[in-house]
Amino acid sequence: MLKIKTIIVALTAIAGTAFVAIAAEKAMDNKQVDWSFNGPFGTFDRESSQRGFQVFKNVCANCHSLQYFTFRNLADLGYSEDMIKAFAAEYTVVDKEPDEFGDMVERVGIPADALPSPFANQNAARAANNGAYPVDLSLITKARADGPNYLYSLLTGYQDAPADMDMGDLYYNPYFPGHKIAMAAPLSDDLIEYEDGTPATLDNHAKDVVNFLHYVAEPKLEQRHRMGLSVMIFLLIMVVLTYLLNRKIWKPVKEGKTLWDHD
Amino acid sequence: MAHGPEFKPKEGSLLAWTEQRLPIVGLVHGALGPGYPAPRNLNYLWNFGVLAGFCLVMQIVTGIILVMHYTPHVDMAFDSVERIMRDVNYGWMLRYIHANGASFFFIVVYIHIFRGLYYGSYKAPRELLWMLGLVIFLLMMATAFMGYVLPWGQMSFWGATVITNFFSAFNDLYAGDPGMENGLGDVVVQLLLGGFSVDNPTLSRFFSLHYLLPFVIAGVVILHIWALHIPGSNNPLGIDVKGKQDKIPFHPYYTAKDAFGLFVFLTIFCLFVFYMPNALGHPDNYIPADPLVTPAHIVPEWYYLAFYTILKSFTIDFIFTAKFWGVIAMFGAIILLFFLPWLDTSKVRSAKFRPMFRFFFWVLMVDLVLLTWIGGKSADDIIFMNVQAVTIGQIATFWYFFHFLVLLPVLSRVEKTLPLPDSIASAVIKKA
Repeated sequence: MLKIKTIIVALTAIAGTAFVAIAAEKAMDNKQVDWSFNGPFGTFDRESSQRGFQVFKNVCANCHSLQYFTFRNLADLGYSEDMIKAFAAEYTVVDKEPDEFGDMVERVGIPADALPSPFANQNAARAANNGAYPVDLSLITKARADGPNYLYSLLTGYQDAPADMDMGDLYYNPYFPGHKIAMAAPLSDDLIEYEDGTPATLDNHAKDVVNFLHYVAEPKLEQRHRMGLSVMIFLLIMVVLTYLLNRKIWKPVKEGKTLWDHD
Repeated sequence: MAHGPEFKPKEGSLLAWTEQRLPIVGLVHGALGPGYPAPRNLNYLWNFGVLAGFCLVMQIVTGIILVMHYTPHVDMAFDSVERIMRDVNYGWMLRYIHANGASFFFIVVYIHIFRGLYYGSYKAPRELLWMLGLVIFLLMMATAFMGYVLPWGQMSFWGATVITNFFSAFNDLYAGDPGMENGLGDVVVQLLLGGFSVDNPTLSRFFSLHYLLPFVIAGVVILHIWALHIPGSNNPLGIDVKGKQDKIPFHPYYTAKDAFGLFVFLTIFCLFVFYMPNALGHPDNYIPADPLVTPAHIVPEWYYLAFYTILKSFTIDFIFTAKFWGVIAMFGAIILLFFLPWLDTSKVRSAKFRPMFRFFFWVLMVDLVLLTWIGGKSADDIIFMNVQAVTIGQIATFWYFFHFLVLLPVLSRVEKTLPLPDSIASAVIKKA
């Protein structure tokens, strides 16, 4: 009897450790946020996205590029033309075309320019970041499952590593697959002083940057939701009309009439 | 041919003049109009043929416009797709219609095929009709696979790598000279890829073929419809159309019914396009292709998963490698459907009068759901207790082949079928 008990205990222990080993590799379930862009009527929170742009350009943009984002896109977030020109003018960019002598020229940024990348190429980015490559963030909320919630969870999910874990140059974040991430916690309380006076908490920083990045990933979301509503109304009307039409046309068939009068 | 009233325009009219020279209006009249006699009892499952045709047209139209803005080059493909999503007017809508359209085309075609299975539409005299349908299905799979490569995301690249690599299994038949990479499999893979790995030549040829094949499909669809019009449509009772009472003209009865079905379909489809456009895609395909980074978990699109499971279920080398058997089984799973009209010898078509067949049809449906579900798992994922995904997949794969190769031939000989009605009219018209 004792033997059986020992075996059961041993088996449970083995199963238990196996489970822990698996759990240690799997990322934790994302925190769920009620985003303004969720749902069929969802829109972008302009104020939050604008704050997110502020966070992005002061913090994230030091390492991450945003290659599909141009300054003119800021109009969608409610910025005026003058402000967009001013934002673009903060940067100098190398023009794509050489001048008349064949030299490449630097000029002041214009709204049609993409946000300049922090590194010249992937190797330069790796060299500056301990071999890790800070990925382009243009599509990040679509390139991860449950993207907006994942990004929010990751940004707010940094913790002290478990005592028995060898971290090397990496940081502990249970929302990251494998739990070891090369990026140090990028956001913290009081990191950016918001122009609109919103409290500068880690939570606000993270939410704002997600709102901004989801706009960058899916800039036509609002247009899509608006059109979708008209399309659905039209289709539902057509469903009802064709249903009624069909019922009327089929009446003689249902009554059992003979409707084929050839051969 | 199932004939209806001939199309006779008024004498002396312009239409009469053109009809004498090119009777194309009469052709449509006889194919989809009042001249095509259809059984009076077709249910809503018979909408899916027309829906499939609609999907094909929708894919071709959106595809042709997308091509105007897409660049088939490894350095520019991903960027050009993003440009379509951001800067082309309604480009996002075209791309989401095209991407979700592929999935919905498969949903529609799967229902169309399963309807044929249930009501015995593959049986005489419709064997060629059934086989042409399978040819369309195979062409669709090739087209969709190559289309998925075009955005040049991570899943595009690695999906192409994994799928084309299957063909290296043919090295089992002829391995070639040592170290020369000239075995049968190597040659086939190099021909598919245009090189030794997935790269620009692969993208170019997939693009070219992705544009070509839909028109080949359209051609086979014409043959499919032609073959349909010889015996006419099958029906839920599976018995032949006899007298006038059994028939109604296609137009206006089935055009009206198809219009209603089409709008129901479009409503569900647009729910995806406008409100969850990425639900059926894989997030990794929003990461540009990187030959140096392998995704953690490479999975094909959902509509291939059942066949992918069959491929992965062969894990033991036996004369040939396990991989070779997997590839043979995967293709065999579809090829055997060409022989279905002769595997199932029962004279009764509809499952309505075949209780055992009906029961096992639903078992097969459950089996296919299982195969699809397992296809999305890793082989060593634990499904329940200590059972791994690969084991479940193997049981489901066994059942698939068992159903068609053993069960159906035996069942169709021993099954006691229910008595058939005298005619469609006598069965469906309620006596007053």
